[in-house]
Amino acid sequence: MDNLLSITTFIPAIAALILALFLRGDDSSAQRNAKYATLFATLATFLTSLFILTGFDVNDTGFQFVEEGEWLLGLKYKMGVDGISILFVLLTTFIMPLVILASWSVTTRVKEYMIAFLVLETLMLGVFMALDLVLFYLFFEAGLIPMFLIIGIWGGKERIYASFKFFLYTLLGSVLMLIAIIGMYIDAGTTDIEQLLKHSFNFDSFDLLGIQIIGGIQTLLWLAFFASFAVKLPMWPVHTWLPDAHVQAPTAGSVVLASILLKMGGYGFLRFSLPMFPIGSEVMAPVVLWMSAIAIVYTSLVALVQEDIKKLIAYSSVAHMGFVTIGIFAFNQQGIDGAIFQMLSHGFISGALFLCVGVIYDRIHTRAIDAYGGIVNRMPAYALIFMIFSLANVGLPGTSGFIGEFLTLIAVFQVNTWVAVVATTGVIFSAAYALWLYRRIVFGGLMKESLKTISDLSPRERLIFAPLILATITFGVYPAPILDIIGPSVEALVINRENAVSQAMIFNRFVAN
Amino acid sequence: METFVLFAPLVGAIICGFGWKFIGEIIAQWIATGILFASAILSWVIFLFFDPNAYEGGYYSVSILRWIDSGSLSTDWAIRMDRLTTIMLVVVTTVSSLVHLYSIGYMDHDPQWSENESYKPRFFAYLSFFTFAMLALVTADNLVQMFFGWEGVGVASYLLIGFYFKKPSANAAAIKAFVVNRIGDFGFALGIFSLFFLVDSINLTDIFASTHELAEMQIEFLWTSWSAVELVCFLLFIGAMGKSAQLLLHTWLPDAMEGPTPVSALIHAATMVTAGVFLVCRMSPLMEFAPNATAFITVIGASTAVFAASVGLVQTDIKRVIAYSTCSQLGYMFVAAGVGMYSAAMFHLFTHAFFKAMLFLGAGSVIHAMHHEQDMLNYGGLRKKIPYTFLAMLIGTLAITGVGIPVWMFTINEIPIGFSGFQSKDAIVESAFAAGTSFGFWSLIIAALFTSFYSWRLLFLTFFGQARGDRKVYEHAHESPIMMLIPITILAIGSIFAGVIFYKSYFGHVDQVAKFYGITYVEAIHDETSYDQVSKATTDQDESTFDPHHHDHYIFAGQPGEGALFFGPNNTLLTDAHNVPYWVKTSPFLAMVIGFFVAFWFYILRPELPGQLAHQQRPLYLFLKNKWYFDELYDKLFVKSAFFLGRLFWRKGDSGVIDGTINGVAISFIPLLTRLTGRAQSGYIFTYAFWMVVGIAVLITWMSIGGGQ
Repeated sequence: MDNLLSITTFIPAIAALILALFLRGDDSSAQRNAKYATLFATLATFLTSLFILTGFDVNDTGFQFVEEGEWLLGLKYKMGVDGISILFVLLTTFIMPLVILASWSVTTRVKEYMIAFLVLETLMLGVFMALDLVLFYLFFEAGLIPMFLIIGIWGGKERIYASFKFFLYTLLGSVLMLIAIIGMYIDAGTTDIEQLLKHSFNFDSFDLLGIQIIGGIQTLLWLAFFASFAVKLPMWPVHTWLPDAHVQAPTAGSVVLASILLKMGGYGFLRFSLPMFPIGSEVMAPVVLWMSAIAIVYTSLVALVQEDIKKLIAYSSVAHMGFVTIGIFAFNQQGIDGAIFQMLSHGFISGALFLCVGVIYDRIHTRAIDAYGGIVNRMPAYALIFMIFSLANVGLPGTSGFIGEFLTLIAVFQVNTWVAVVATTGVIFSAAYALWLYRRIVFGGLMKESLKTISDLSPRERLIFAPLILATITFGVYPAPILDIIGPSVEALVINRENAVSQAMIFNRFVAN
Repeated sequence: METFVLFAPLVGAIICGFGWKFIGEIIAQWIATGILFASAILSWVIFLFFDPNAYEGGYYSVSILRWIDSGSLSTDWAIRMDRLTTIMLVVVTTVSSLVHLYSIGYMDHDPQWSENESYKPRFFAYLSFFTFAMLALVTADNLVQMFFGWEGVGVASYLLIGFYFKKPSANAAAIKAFVVNRIGDFGFALGIFSLFFLVDSINLTDIFASTHELAEMQIEFLWTSWSAVELVCFLLFIGAMGKSAQLLLHTWLPDAMEGPTPVSALIHAATMVTAGVFLVCRMSPLMEFAPNATAFITVIGASTAVFAASVGLVQTDIKRVIAYSTCSQLGYMFVAAGVGMYSAAMFHLFTHAFFKAMLFLGAGSVIHAMHHEQDMLNYGGLRKKIPYTFLAMLIGTLAITGVGIPVWMFTINEIPIGFSGFQSKDAIVESAFAAGTSFGFWSLIIAALFTSFYSWRLLFLTFFGQARGDRKVYEHAHESPIMMLIPITILAIGSIFAGVIFYKSYFGHVDQVAKFYGITYVEAIHDETSYDQVSKATTDQDESTFDPHHHDHYIFAGQPGEGALFFGPNNTLLTDAHNVPYWVKTSPFLAMVIGFFVAFWFYILRPELPGQLAHQQRPLYLFLKNKWYFDELYDKLFVKSAFFLGRLFWRKGDSGVIDGTINGVAISFIPLLTRLTGRAQSGYIFTYAFWMVVGIAVLITWMSIGGGQ
């Protein structure tokens, strides 16, 4: 199949179109139809994406399944996957059916809800597959629209403030990235990512307003992309939109946000910042490493004092993304392997944690930690599942959470021991906040009247968690399938970056004066 | 066979945890117990028939599955079988199987739970899972796998300490245990990172092979340059401090007594807490080249031995006394490992597992008899009520206090005669003296005195005198069921004989120890200096019963990584320890005797004395009673400040500075936006969505007009 990627990408969009055009009415049968149709579409997408995996040649570090064609207005449509992007595609298609299953209890504007998620899936898949800069930008930015709508329409009480904050943050990054894209086009004469990867952007230092810009244009371009990806990931100190967005988003929205949308930032670093601006990355790496190390400690401490379950998990997400940026900007194989692994694993784990919150929120309708306590007495299965994911979140060896943290930390130790030491304290704090949260919600006697009739997981809820548990433990014990796929592409990336930097060193152009 | 031993407990855990609904609680717990006994029997077979000298380097590996492969980092799930592993296999599976059996009796009708709650399968699942994790730790052939086991036992310990999850104190203790252990793990992890940085591998074989290079290397770490091997050893020891509850990271262990008593016996006495000692011994090839790090280990070990024993003097909760005793005995082991007498550390680990597990199970039997009363002040006179338990506890006390015949008086075939703690503790004390650490030596002597006192105090308070507690409870006190007495009996036998039987293997002459561990040894005669030392040492001390004997002419000559332990070329401690002056060999014995008589005087002859003393020396008493105020200090220093910082960052950082800036921008930006759209009331969401679309449209237009191909 020549256009497997397009098929995968647009199945959800087509399903959304069909829903929009043909589904009428808002009675319960229409709602049910919408849900089943969406579930079916996302499952079909997942199955199709498995064909990408089976046809993928691990040893080929270039782009595969490439599709290229003219598009409207002279723009190019180009898609492809390599070892770095393919697993994000699979993560997306894997998570989406679970998200739809988790939305089974939605009753307001079901059709629109499902359409929003289907469109979102298409756009997210597009981000990970696009091989044209403009196409990438379109998917990247357009993905925000359904997310706005999901938070703004199906969100909590303060959804307006949250989506507004989300918007403001993203806007700044977007504008800068747009300018950078234009700049790149002017310099390289193309928006084809494959060609841009081969292009060497100028890195002569120059003075701007009296400040010397080491790395020159590359550093500026890098900064522009960084603004966008850092907000997306999010990195400290531009993370404050995330807790609010999570808190206000409906459960499914939080899951998508945590599992997939955040990963676009990390993916962006790997697709653009590192390979296209190696000198810029080199110049700015210490800053990123320190921001990440601070993020881990800072947000972990903040997580410790949260009173809202979702906020706590959101802050823990920011801390975990700190490991991702640490790994990426350690620039070695273990670091980038670890960063990708951490992103995938965080997709399972934090997604599952938000689902865990959703389960009790559906029953008690509050996210306040104080409102819970002792629910293990009524919900043993839930307690077990929540425990598994809490421990995975803490990075327990044997779960996928460990591999990513371990690899990124072992990588950064080779680069900067200060950062390694500060970041490693994260293992202490994460244990503290995760177990403290678990204790307050699950353990203790069942005292509160409102909890006395709470029911354990339904079969549907168990069905949602099962694949996530399987993934978390399987890849924790046997991460080789993932590491084997990403390994060669990451190796190529690492070597190319090293060559670029060492050549720059030889020409001695980027070292200050 | 090794693979069966390792994975069988995991199967047991899964059957108990998930299968019990299909087969019933009773069958599930018996299956788990049966599996553990099978593991234990196989472990003994492996231990007794394992001949390290039959293998290249004294070990063999069994590879199971690939694990983390990333660039030059390559690790498998694999089993490394050498003498150290086999010792730990035996210790872990033996105690674990006995504790399983004991728990069938102990956990029956636990008053903490109501009738319809099924807690037993969960308990056995945790126990078996713990055993699996512990076995994974000791069989690891690389440091990450060891870390897996290390954290795995931490989780099992967390779950079991918090087993009574309705009790707030149990939950708090569980979290404390896990978090304090994580502080240790922080050091351990950094140790692994630095080893990978230095050696480019984390497999034990590769690390040991590069020992000599490591000893020469420097590493830039934080603010300065360090000797590589010192730094690695120091960082790994931080991990060991956490797991083995050594001073500064010890606070979790006494609280861990919130768990059911069989758990205390298995995890917090015999096995998990000794993992730190195991780690130091495992890394002996590196430790031998790190004089400063090992000196630190010695100091921490010795300080812990005294500190914990001093706190144990005044505690009244029977389990806490034994917990502090464990802490203190672990200090002994670290002193042995720190001075370079690893086999003595392993010896004490081995014997301690028997008598300490037995003391805990005996205490459990007392608690069981007294309807879960744990305060010794409410015991008294129980010897007639539960004579069998009393006998067992007496044997345990004789073992831990180190009762035996001083070697210069009487030995059989060069083996000193006494209860198992006697041989191993004296081995450590003599090693400490021979190593020339007077701080270590005197600390251990003082600790031995304290140990003797609090152990006898426990025995006297519990079993002698008048019943002080609830009369009715006392009247109803009854001997425990047979399921609990069998494990106690087996451990009691071990407490009596383990030292005598294995003395030569652990602390015999160089050639005996070397054969046991698979270390190469040579005759020292060719080596002028060490031969001189040996002969000098023996001629100086004519009183020594160890006449210059042909065994003493051997010295260890293994290379790092050959054999389960490594003794450096100048490490002649084993020989020296046998040749220490005879007052040294008598000192622990004397300390033990003094401790006994003081306890006898205080608690049998003049029972009113302790109260008066506590009253007179109130500050000292409170200082000890409150465990030197470590908990209060840490709470103020770390817990409170972490929460304070968290609040500060959240309220002032996130909400104040960061959002303040954003909102500031927003205030100037929003009116502009709304003016532009002219739809101020339309709701933000759709406006923004709309503007996004407009932005994208502009982009496309620009690209197509301005520069499309």
